Amino acid sequence: MKQSKAVEIAVGLFVAAGMAALFILAMKVSNLSTSVNGESYTITASFDNIGGLKVRSPVTVSGVRIGRVDSIVYDFETYEAVVQLRIGNSYDRFPEDTTASIFTAGLLGEQYVALEPGGSEDNIMPGDRIQLTQSALVLEQMIGQFLYNTASAEEK
Amino acid sequence: MLGPLQRLGRTGIGFFERLGRGHVFLLQILARLPALLLRPGLVVRQIYSVGVLTLLIILVSGLFVGMVLGLQGFNTLSDFGAEESLGVAVALALVRELGPVVTALLFAGRAGSALTAEIGLMKATEQLSGMEMMAVDPMKRVIAPRFLAGFLSMPLLAAIFSAIGVYGGFFVGVGLLGVDEGAYWSQMQANVDLQDDIYNGVIKSIVFGFVATWIAVFEGYDAVPTSEGVSRATTRTVVHGALAVLGLDFVLTALMFGD
Amino acid sequence: MVQVRDLAFSRGERSIFDGIDLDIARGSVTAIMGPSGTGKTTLLKLIGGQLQPQQGSIVVDGECVTDLGIKALYKLRQRMGMMFQSGALLTDLSVFDNIAFPIREHTDLPETLVRDLVLMKLQAVGLRGAAGMMPNELSGGMARRVAMARAIALDPMMVMYDEPFTGQDPISMGIVVKLISELNSALGLTSVVVSHDVQETAAIADYVYLLSDGKVVDQGTPDSLWKSASEWSQQFLNGEPDGPVAFHYPAAAFRDDLIGGGRTT
Repeated sequence: MKQSKAVEIAVGLFVAAGMAALFILAMKVSNLSTSVNGESYTITASFDNIGGLKVRSPVTVSGVRIGRVDSIVYDFETYEAVVQLRIGNSYDRFPEDTTASIFTAGLLGEQYVALEPGGSEDNIMPGDRIQLTQSALVLEQMIGQFLYNTASAEEK
Repeated sequence: MLGPLQRLGRTGIGFFERLGRGHVFLLQILARLPALLLRPGLVVRQIYSVGVLTLLIILVSGLFVGMVLGLQGFNTLSDFGAEESLGVAVALALVRELGPVVTALLFAGRAGSALTAEIGLMKATEQLSGMEMMAVDPMKRVIAPRFLAGFLSMPLLAAIFSAIGVYGGFFVGVGLLGVDEGAYWSQMQANVDLQDDIYNGVIKSIVFGFVATWIAVFEGYDAVPTSEGVSRATTRTVVHGALAVLGLDFVLTALMFGD
Repeated sequence: MVQVRDLAFSRGERSIFDGIDLDIARGSVTAIMGPSGTGKTTLLKLIGGQLQPQQGSIVVDGECVTDLGIKALYKLRQRMGMMFQSGALLTDLSVFDNIAFPIREHTDLPETLVRDLVLMKLQAVGLRGAAGMMPNELSGGMARRVAMARAIALDPMMVMYDEPFTGQDPISMGIVVKLISELNSALGLTSVVVSHDVQETAAIADYVYLLSDGKVVDQGTPDSLWKSASEWSQQFLNGEPDGPVAFHYPAAAFRDDLIGGGRTT
């Protein structure tokens, strides 16, 4: 029976190692530890242009990740893109005049929503809409504008 | 004139007959799985020979595959000045594809062939028949525990492969090539999704484990009970197992990541 | 104990049995003899219910094997022991565990009792000292004795021996012969011995059936067989190279074959 005990211990270790590997993959490799789970609330923001923003893109404030994009729909009433942001409950004291901007991480990186708190006394409530937004900068538009400006400067 | 046509027909009939037998066999196994809950000891023993004994090759392969990914990824990414994304590249390659697929191929080669040879030899030496005469159902006593053990071991092995591979990539990328440690992990965490990437990888490994073990035990049970028959069955296990895994991988990838 | 009536069995095109009748009396040692390839092993598998005959009935201890459901068949098999030609020991278990295997599978006896039972069976075949060995460490003769001990592990009513004498040295052969007849009388078994070893089988058998070409060609007690048997049986029993069973496998005339210039027809 000694042998079977060794077998059982080996199998136990093997299963434990497998579970540990799954745990590592979940916690260390994937975004589980940084994603918003459980307690959270949503607010919405409308943009003229969201550029390359996608569902699940991060939402940050001062560079700290606090949530992610929950859904993106197009609103025919306002002809704007309505983005729903899911934010962790521990970040629940943003002023009413907070600005939401879409930035790009690095030159070619992914796009994310950055919140910038204003100075108002009143806080945003869950389900509210952020009034102040700044659309994504589209590289082609910027280049086009730059060329147009240089061209018109030369004309003078 | 009719020769080749007839041969083709015979091959086709034989193929479908085997396919049918394989499925009947699978149903017979599945019908016996509930009874195994009363005898977990049998399964534990088989997890030892199927899982634990395959662990070493998985650990070593995982480490080296991760290291190679680190090296190759670094060379390519540094051309674009995006070395920070090395973690993402290594982790996604491992979790989505290489982890489940390479593990399944190694599993078919190491554990699957051993299963086939063992069951085939038990058949050839009348051990299965002997059990039947002792009023012990070999499907229940021999086949079903091995099948369950393979099915349970594969996802664990694939997870270990991926995890060790990520550290292999870390070792080369951060340790030897000087990628920033924080960037390696944070980029990985920011871009690897639990649901889309990890879960799908695990589902792949479960499917591969199911199919590879099924093929292995069926080939063993269906082997012609001679030395030549067992050796052919063992070869078939590896070849068919590998083909099934790669084919299924394409189908699963298209379903999971296709859109 | 066993009644076989009008049994017919064939594998594909090849007919193996073509209407045979057998009776095996309770408490006797019955031998079934015949040349290699007459399907003696197949007969044992039919009696054990591992194969289904195309026609005829097999009744073991009042139960018709051919009609039994799988549960009832397994129940019946617990009362039958079988010793395979190769021994069919489970190679991943020790001698002790091999014999304990059917006991553990079919009973809930406490481990101490299992141990006692196994040692008793091993003592009966004289291999108590080999309890800890693995099957691949055993000689052919020992493996067969272990297989015997396993066949009687559940105290069956009947034991079937498949070629127990083939490939044994004279000493092991003597041991096996002695064991079969001793176990039969000591345990009140019914034994069926399938063999083509004439001398050894005749020494222990109470009744002998001779099979050839799917038919029972002769039957009787060993003594009466030697006196009254047909020409074919005489050839088989005395091991004569030529007789009704010709030395040459049927072929075209030798002369024609040679002149035919090597063409095989």
